[in-house]
This record gives sequence, C-alpha cells and structure tokens, in this order.
Amino acid sequence: MTESGSHIIISDLTMAYGDFVVMRDLNFTIGRGEVFIIMGGSGCGKSTLMRHMVGLKEPARGQVLYDGVSFWDTDPVEQDRIMRNFGILYQSGALWSSLTVAENVALPLGEYTNLSPRQIQEIVSLKLSLVGLAGFEEFYPSEISGGMRKRAGLARAMALDPDVLFFDEPSAGLDPVSARLLDDLILELKDSMGSTVVVVTHELASIFAIADNSVFLDPETRTMITTGNPKTLLKESHDPKVRKFLTRGESS
Amino acid sequence: MTQGRLMDAAKKEMPTRCELGFSQPTDDTLLIRLVGSWEIGNVLPSANEVQKQVESGPQIKRITFDTQELTEWDSALLTFLIKIIDQGFRNQITTDREGLPKGVIRLLDLASAVPAKETHKEGVRESFLSHVGASAVEFVQSSSEMLAFIGEAFLSFIKLLVGKARFRRSDLGLIIQECGAQALPIVSLISFLIGLILAFVGAIQLKMFGAQIYVADLVGIAMAREMGAMMTGIIMAGRTGAAFAAQLGTMEVNEEIDALKTMGISPMEFLVLPRMLALILMMPLLCLYADLVGILGGVVVGVGMLDISFTQYFTQTQAALDLTNFGIGIFKSVIYGVLIALSGCLRGIQCGRSASAVGVATTSAVVTAIVAIIVSDGIFAVITNMLGI
Repeated sequence: MTESGSHIIISDLTMAYGDFVVMRDLNFTIGRGEVFIIMGGSGCGKSTLMRHMVGLKEPARGQVLYDGVSFWDTDPVEQDRIMRNFGILYQSGALWSSLTVAENVALPLGEYTNLSPRQIQEIVSLKLSLVGLAGFEEFYPSEISGGMRKRAGLARAMALDPDVLFFDEPSAGLDPVSARLLDDLILELKDSMGSTVVVVTHELASIFAIADNSVFLDPETRTMITTGNPKTLLKESHDPKVRKFLTRGESS
Repeated sequence: MTQGRLMDAAKKEMPTRCELGFSQPTDDTLLIRLVGSWEIGNVLPSANEVQKQVESGPQIKRITFDTQELTEWDSALLTFLIKIIDQGFRNQITTDREGLPKGVIRLLDLASAVPAKETHKEGVRESFLSHVGASAVEFVQSSSEMLAFIGEAFLSFIKLLVGKARFRRSDLGLIIQECGAQALPIVSLISFLIGLILAFVGAIQLKMFGAQIYVADLVGIAMAREMGAMMTGIIMAGRTGAAFAAQLGTMEVNEEIDALKTMGISPMEFLVLPRMLALILMMPLLCLYADLVGILGGVVVGVGMLDISFTQYFTQTQAALDLTNFGIGIFKSVIYGVLIALSGCLRGIQCGRSASAVGVATTSAVVTAIVAIIVSDGIFAVITNMLGI
C-alpha cells in the first residue's frame, strides 16, 4: 500500500485498561475506498480497537493516523473535525430512544450543517430510502424491529456523507437473508460514495463477501497475527489460528 | 461520489456557485447540464427552474442529463435529482439517467428499490372529549394494574411469613445496606435542618409570650409524630424509590425480568419482596434516628438562641413526649416504606423498552410515592383524631 493510497494508518498501537493490556503492537494500513475487516475470536479486542480508532478511548501507546494526521496527538478542534468525517453503526444501532427515526438521522445534519429544516428533511428521506426505511420516519426505535433499528442506525451513520464508515458487528442479531442484504448495502454504499469502510465482525460469510483487506487479532498472544485479503489468507496462510478461524474450526 | 463531503462543503467560507444549463437537442427532449460543484453549502439552483423549462415547452416528453462539467457531488445533487424525477413522473415525462455519474445512478436505484411503506403514523388530532375519554380509560386500567400489583405483593408477603418465598438473602442484605446505612447522611442533614427550622420559627412566636421553653415541646412532638416519618419518607421516595424504579426499569429494558418469568421465578418474590422488606425494616430505624437528630436541631436553637440550658431542654422534651407520639410516627414510617417500595417497583416493572422510558418510570415512581405518603398522612391524621390519640 503506497502512502498516497493510505487513508488510515495504525502504528505501534497498544490498548490497555489500566495495567491490563488488551492488544499490543498493532501495525496495519487501510487504503482509501477499501472494505477493511477487523476479525478474530470473541473477546479478542475487535470492538476495543474500533473504539480507539473512532476517538472513544485513548491508546496506551501508538498512533492512529487519518490522512497523515495523528488523531490522538492533535488538538481537540482537529480531533472534532476528523470525527465528523466518521459514520459509525453500533452493534445494536444505538438510536436515541426519545427521538423518532427521522429525528435520529436529522440530528447530525442539524448540528453540523447550515441546512434549512426542509433541506434536512429531504436528506433524511433520501437516507432512509437508501436503507429501505421510507415511510418509517415517525416511528420511535422501540416501535421497530432490531433489523430496522440497525438500518436506521446506518442511515444516521451516512447522514453527513462520511469519509469513513465504521460497522461494529453489523450482522449480529440478523437472519441470514437480512445479513446478506446488509452486506450488499455496505458494498453498494462503498462503491457509490467512495467511503472507506471498516467492519468489526466474525461472520465468515460477510468477511468473504465484502472484504478487500483485513487484520487478524489473536487473544492468546494479544497482538495481530497477519493482514491480507481473507480469501487469499484462506488459500495461502499457514498460521493454524488463522486457518482454523477462516475454516470455522474444520482445519487446525 | 467524487469525495464530495457535506462537512467540508458546509464549512466553505465562500460558497461555490453551481449552474444549470438547458437545451433542447430535439423537440421532445430537455437536456439539463449540471455544472460545478453540487454540494451542500454551495448556492444550489432550485428544481423549480427545471419545472419552468418544462412548462415553457409543453412538447417535452423526456429529460436527459449532461454532467461532463460536474466536478463534485454529494447528497445535495441526489435530493435535487429526486425532485426532478418526481416532477417528471407527475408530468408524465421520462427521466433518462444515462448521463449521470455511475455512483449517482446506483444510489438513485437503491433509494427507489424499496417503495415507501404506508404506515399511517401521522398524528391524528383527537378531540378534547375523546382525549378525556382515553385518559379516563387509561386511569382505570392503571388503577386496576396497581391494585393487582398490591394484591400480588400481599400474597408474596404471606408466602414470606410461612417461609415459602423465593429470593436471595444476599440481595436483601445488599438492599438493606443501600437503603439503610447509606441513607444516614442525607437523613441526618435534612432532619437536623428541619428540627432547626421548626425551633427557629416556633421560638419567634413563643418568645413574645415568654414561653420559649415550649420550643422543646414543639420540636419534640412535631418530629416524633409527623416530621420525622414524613421527611424520611420523602427523602427515601426520591432516593430509594427512584433507584428501585431505575433498577427494575433497566431490567425490563434488558429483558432480565422476562428471563426470570420464563424460568418460573416470580419477579414479585425475587425482586419486589426483598425491596419491600428492606424498607419495612429500615424505615422505622431511620424514622427514629431522624426524630432524635431533629430534636438535636431544636437543641441547637434552644441552647444557642433562647438561653435554655441543655438540661432544661432535655427535661422539657422528655416531659412532652410519650411513647404514643413515637409509636404513631414509627407506624407511619412502616406504611410509608411499603408505599415507597410498591411505587418504585410498580413503575419499574411497568417501564417501556427504551432509555427514555426508564427516566419516565423513575419520575413517576417518585411522584407516586410522595403523593401516596401525603394522602396516607392525611388519613392517619383523621384516624388519630377520631381515636383521640
């Protein structure tokens, strides 16, 4: 990956809660417009890594660079500017329960743009149409299903046409058909909008369907094992943990 | 999208003008040229301009696009095009998307892939009468739920007395600590200040008659009979009743109460009973403590302001108070404890499945408990008057 194609660089990153080290010495690069998977077994620190990347937790050591700017070493104003180019879909949607679906999507638009209420409404309708939720604007999160909450969360994540979209376990709790539709939506949005997409998941079907590149985290050694396209890793990797993961335990 | 971004566009200090151009390559075709950077924050042409062009050429049956001079685009272009397409649909004009960027075409296809659902969620304005009727029906339902809850609580209390109630003793210990020992600081502060205030207000009037010694009687009787129990009840309603509602409400949101039910464990016995028991045990002790601290507040005013010696004040208080006054106050505190536990737990279990519902439940628990305390205090006043005690 050339420097000019790099969008996000993780450099010597160590994550810890107090004295407990979750992961150490992480080094990988995410190219612009790529779908990048953070994978590994349950509890290996995938979501924790994402939290470090999106500004929710400061690393114990190392850097997270966006277009060459070190996020954790820059001033709060610049950090805010970088964060506003993120769109994040949390595992259960994380919609604000006292706001309707439309109000959830509209909130970032109202906060960070100078659009009129009518213009905001038009963009909200567009975003909800893109995720197949046209007509559900006035529903509260408690009045829609889990899958619909996820899609509403995705519409909100896309509200500001972000540079980078983060997905935390996007297919958790979804049936296989809905999970496949969400994968297709992710790819469509990436191709149409040109966003870089970072996905935390351990769903193999999704990993093989959408990934351009990936990093494999190992909870035993508490570091990364390898990076690469998952299909290529499946063919060429000799690491037993990687092979076991990618073959769903059939190969040790 | 050629990396056009709402954020960067919105922050541009000098909005970039983008333009619409029109031509008619054939009589029935309107070619729309999109020029410049079509991003939010720029001065964007209105879709009405297209409508005007269409109206000025009634033979137009087709709209096409030329985007060779389009530099950047984002959701602003998409919403503009959706309006054009909708207008075209209404005027029976076809919209040929071929000249648009591929990303735009794909997003437009995606946006129209799932038709808007008819959900009829628009608010229907209710008449005042139907609103009153709906509220009355809701009130009756709520009251019957409350009565059912009280009945279930009573039954589980009976089960406790015969040793058949199922709950964890460790939970009871923990709740006793939370609503007993941990409440002492706030009860101390409030009770002391109430005693102080009562003594101060009473002293001003009694001093006019040279009867300031009776401040001891005033504070002692008021605290023991009424204020000790009531202030403790109100404090515990705000502190512990709200906590119960929040705990059970969050359990409701996380489906933990459903999990108990499906395992055959009664939430009433497992959750409500230990809370009710903890308050029944702790409220009398807190009330007694509040009485003594309140009297101490009176001592500060009596000794400090009214030149009454501590021995005089103590002797006067002792003479004024009897066990009846303390007994009435402590009995009330037990009742208040039951009301606080029932209010908090009922509102928690009735909680909806969202974060805002937990907030509503805690507020409702506190209001319900305080209203119940005041109403029951009024009832006790009538009863004690009738009994002459």
